[in-house]
Amino acid sequence: MRRAALHALLSHWARRPFQLLTLVLGIALATALWSGVQAINAEARKSYDEAAGILGGETVIVDPTGAEIAPGTFGALRRAGWLVSPVIEGRIMADRGSVRVLGVDPFTLPPGPAAAAVGDVEIGGFLGEAGAIIAAPATAKRLAGFGERVVVSEGLAPGVMLVDLAAARSLLGREGFDRLTLLPTQPLNRPPLEMVAPELTVERPETAEDLARLTDSFHLTLTAFGLLSFAVGLFIVNGAVGLAFEQRRPMFRTLRALGLTARTLVTLLIAEVLIVALAAGALGILLGYIIAALLLPDVAATLRGLYGASVEGTLTLAPVWWLSGLAIAVLGTGLAALGSLVKVARLSPLAAARPRAWLLASDRTMLLQAGAAAICFAIAGGAWVFGSGLAGGFTLLGGLLLGSALILPLVLSGALALGARTARGVVGEWFWADTRQQLPGLSLALMALLLALAANIGVGTMVGSFRATFTGWLDQRLVSELYVSLEDEADLPAFRAFVEDRVEAILPIWHTDREVLGAPAEIYGVVDHPTYSENWPLIDALPDVWDMVNSGEGALVNEQLARREGLAPGDVLAMPGGWQIGIAGVYSDYGNPLGQVILPLEVLTARYETLDRTEFGLRLPTDEVEPLRTDLVEEFGLPVDNMVDQAALKALSLSVFERTFAVTGALNVLTLAVAGFAILTSLLTLAAMRLPQLAPVWAVGVPRARLARIEVIRAVVLAALTFLLAVPVGLMLAWVLLAVINVEAFGWRLPMFLFPGQWATLAALAMLAAGLAALWPARTLARRPPSDLIRVFAHER
Amino acid sequence: MNVRMYLLALASIFFPWALGAQGFAGLGQTPDGYALPTPETQFSYPADHGPHPAFRIEWWYLTANLEGPDGTPYGIQWTLFRNALSPEGGEEDQAWMGHAAVSAPEGHFYTERLARGGLGHAGVTASPFSAFIDEWRMHGPSLSDISLTAQGTDFSYSLSLQTDAPFVPQGDSGYSVKSEAGLASHYYSQPFYSITGTLTLPSGEVPVTGRGWLDREWSSQPLAETQTGWDWVSLHLDSGVKLMGYRLRDADGTAYTVGTWITADGTPSPFLPGEIKMNSVTSAEVEGREVPVVWDVSVPRRGVDVRVSAIYPQSWMGTLVPYWEGPVTVTGTHGGVGYLEMTGYE
Repeated sequence: MRRAALHALLSHWARRPFQLLTLVLGIALATALWSGVQAINAEARKSYDEAAGILGGETVIVDPTGAEIAPGTFGALRRAGWLVSPVIEGRIMADRGSVRVLGVDPFTLPPGPAAAAVGDVEIGGFLGEAGAIIAAPATAKRLAGFGERVVVSEGLAPGVMLVDLAAARSLLGREGFDRLTLLPTQPLNRPPLEMVAPELTVERPETAEDLARLTDSFHLTLTAFGLLSFAVGLFIVNGAVGLAFEQRRPMFRTLRALGLTARTLVTLLIAEVLIVALAAGALGILLGYIIAALLLPDVAATLRGLYGASVEGTLTLAPVWWLSGLAIAVLGTGLAALGSLVKVARLSPLAAARPRAWLLASDRTMLLQAGAAAICFAIAGGAWVFGSGLAGGFTLLGGLLLGSALILPLVLSGALALGARTARGVVGEWFWADTRQQLPGLSLALMALLLALAANIGVGTMVGSFRATFTGWLDQRLVSELYVSLEDEADLPAFRAFVEDRVEAILPIWHTDREVLGAPAEIYGVVDHPTYSENWPLIDALPDVWDMVNSGEGALVNEQLARREGLAPGDVLAMPGGWQIGIAGVYSDYGNPLGQVILPLEVLTARYETLDRTEFGLRLPTDEVEPLRTDLVEEFGLPVDNMVDQAALKALSLSVFERTFAVTGALNVLTLAVAGFAILTSLLTLAAMRLPQLAPVWAVGVPRARLARIEVIRAVVLAALTFLLAVPVGLMLAWVLLAVINVEAFGWRLPMFLFPGQWATLAALAMLAAGLAALWPARTLARRPPSDLIRVFAHER
Repeated sequence: MNVRMYLLALASIFFPWALGAQGFAGLGQTPDGYALPTPETQFSYPADHGPHPAFRIEWWYLTANLEGPDGTPYGIQWTLFRNALSPEGGEEDQAWMGHAAVSAPEGHFYTERLARGGLGHAGVTASPFSAFIDEWRMHGPSLSDISLTAQGTDFSYSLSLQTDAPFVPQGDSGYSVKSEAGLASHYYSQPFYSITGTLTLPSGEVPVTGRGWLDREWSSQPLAETQTGWDWVSLHLDSGVKLMGYRLRDADGTAYTVGTWITADGTPSPFLPGEIKMNSVTSAEVEGREVPVVWDVSVPRRGVDVRVSAIYPQSWMGTLVPYWEGPVTVTGTHGGVGYLEMTGYE
């Protein structure tokens, strides 16, 4: 009996393969986006760990002034019982850009990836000035100039060449060390560092946790997108399962009448759902892997562009990922099917086989939903007022979105009631009334559409605002026509003499990296030149800001530092080295994770001895940039890579920006596609059930073709109304992203710009999707044999 | 990605013969340019306490049998190995390796340090005598009056060693033959140190006194290609005699035995080849391998027939190249204490 019953139940799918496809696709899409995002997040975190752990050491000893550590100091520390390992780091030019030279001492190297890579070569060949150069495969290709010396090692981070200390000294032309790695285990007794090397300090290097914290907001956004897609996917599953159950009502009744208990029937149906969920879940995981693999390069670009975090472009997945993907597929499907299963369990064998909407319209349901929406809004409001940090921002976001989705049916119902007042004639009145009647059946799909549209508008507005601000800011910030970095400070006088007569101004961009108020920061020096006062992107300043800066009375700080420390113009800033300066202004500094202070150049050079004095901006007529660049290369002997012109720099910055948001673009398209699919399944479900409502209209003289047209118009109207609600929701979303989440995540706030053109496109897209989704059921209706419609009036009804 | 390969590679610097030595050139020079020991060489102190960079390998090897206030036996080891990366003899051409250990009832504590020459954290000077790697020191005014320190994460020791006795050349006036084929090293010892000092162990500080034995040896190829390891003893007999003996094991199962009888006034008499017999009696499982920890040692001509037993059988040195090194007691025709070293039980 059970066998026969299961066979009967499954035969439904054989007769309706498209419905099966819908169900499988719904589950697969939901699972795919969710697990794809998880895979990307996992991969990124793994990369952080590798990047932070490349030297294996936890902690380093450095000279806080940035000076080299003398080899003698290293020896003294070791002789005092400090187990440290010297590191020389620098960059040399290779094919297609520079490569990071990492010089290590294999004898004292702590265990870790670098030690492992050294293990890949013959040790005798690694030691010494002409020793082996170890690099990752892609990096090794760029080091062709070193010939046989290059040895490939898979485990090494990209863009790094690992060499012996002696080789690094010879490659970089240096004697001293950049830092000493402090080994994780230290002997019993050692004197305090101040007694051995008072000029050095122990510094915790950038760890995986630091990078993870920095990139948290990005991963949270990705996760939110994954969840959103998952929710939208579940709407599809809900629609498909509901339809399948609805269509099988007569079969259920027959099976029950034949003696199958409700319990057995439900068990069989659960088994059916489980089988489909597992199969579709597996497909979804496969899709998820593909999505992750396709998106990973963009994600890697985003992370590099925004945070300087390096992520490998390859995907490796743990079994736990596969299992969690399957679990979420089964769980989600179960959730989506729960309502239908409960109804089947309660089905009386004597109930009429009459198809009817399984979610009957009732004001009560809508009011309940509105109540839930009110709670969501309250939570969002609470998160805004009392919440803090990224979690607070995302709670605000989630409450806002969910509340808007829940209140959608009530708002649409109200809008349709208003529409009914404009109705002229019988058909018009029926159109509005019938649309309202259908709302409960479509509301889940429409809620999905609202979420997708709002997310699109919100993220689109944020990215657009960011782009507009960023472009304007680049114009302000990149004023010099040519940016030059010298090989050596010793070239400075010769360089000045060489360019002096050929440029309007030489603007030194000298800087030093120090701790300001306990966090790493950059301190720059500027000269008194209108380039700055006319262009610098100040967002808050005292009236005589540039006079103050140029006279040495005031400093400028970037928005990140100002927000982090709660600083405003007029405040006093404690500077490293134990002195103070007033803050004259705050400027925007997008894309910089660090705090920044700008001082007059004379103050910078007077206060800090060790500076990077090699970078300059040159002001000169645009058409003289190329000749000067050529002469600097050919006559002055500057490597061509040490110069970049304004246009190239802007193009580079913008391309980084575009790559950064490529992921959000791709995810936007995916969620919208999923929402369109949800509408299609809902409409298909409704089409079957709507015959009793359409038959009387046909019977009083409205032809099938017109009925079909009305059906399409109905879908488009609903989509349009949903879109209208999605605009304010999307804008609120954008505001939260720009004013709350961005500030929390990056430390800068962006002005919001509106992009009505974008909305128009999106509105057209939404209506097109709804129209297309309605087209198929409408065609079926138009071609329906009149006998089907007549049968509605048969005795059984 | 292989940290173990890295460690093996480092080990190959210090023990090239442990990974398969090159053939014996026998012309006073190895094929790659290192000097070879010659029987004519006469030691000159204190110059020979310092390094001999023309030779590939060299060590300053000190072991000591110590006693706590309650008579508890302890053993300590302090070793500095020099290994040339090239025969050019510069500081940067040397690699250094230090081993330090304490054998105690509560366990065997050991640690290892590596250094390259030229960075200022390892080296040896003959006069005033100073050998160091990192903070570990064997520091004179002279090699007859030294202070000795070393530490790991869980132990440390600080000892003072004195002697009036002369340094004792091993083998034929310091020319120590290691195989039938004539491989040899330069080798002398100072087995007469008396020691006072303090051990610091996880359980606390222990004041100790005892006897120490220093071996100085340098060579370029001490082992033949077929030799797989050695079993070495240095014994302080109660009569005041010092006995050094070792057997170099060959892959074919035979062994080449060498040794020296050192009278209480420091006069050495080398044993004839095969005159000293060493037979293992009992093995113990140490770090997953069988290691002989009780030996019968006999020298019939000297009336010696003793049993040498490890005090702490788990005295395993899990260093880059692992070996067994720990204090022993001597019973039988003679009583005493000493040290046992066994290599090649990997």
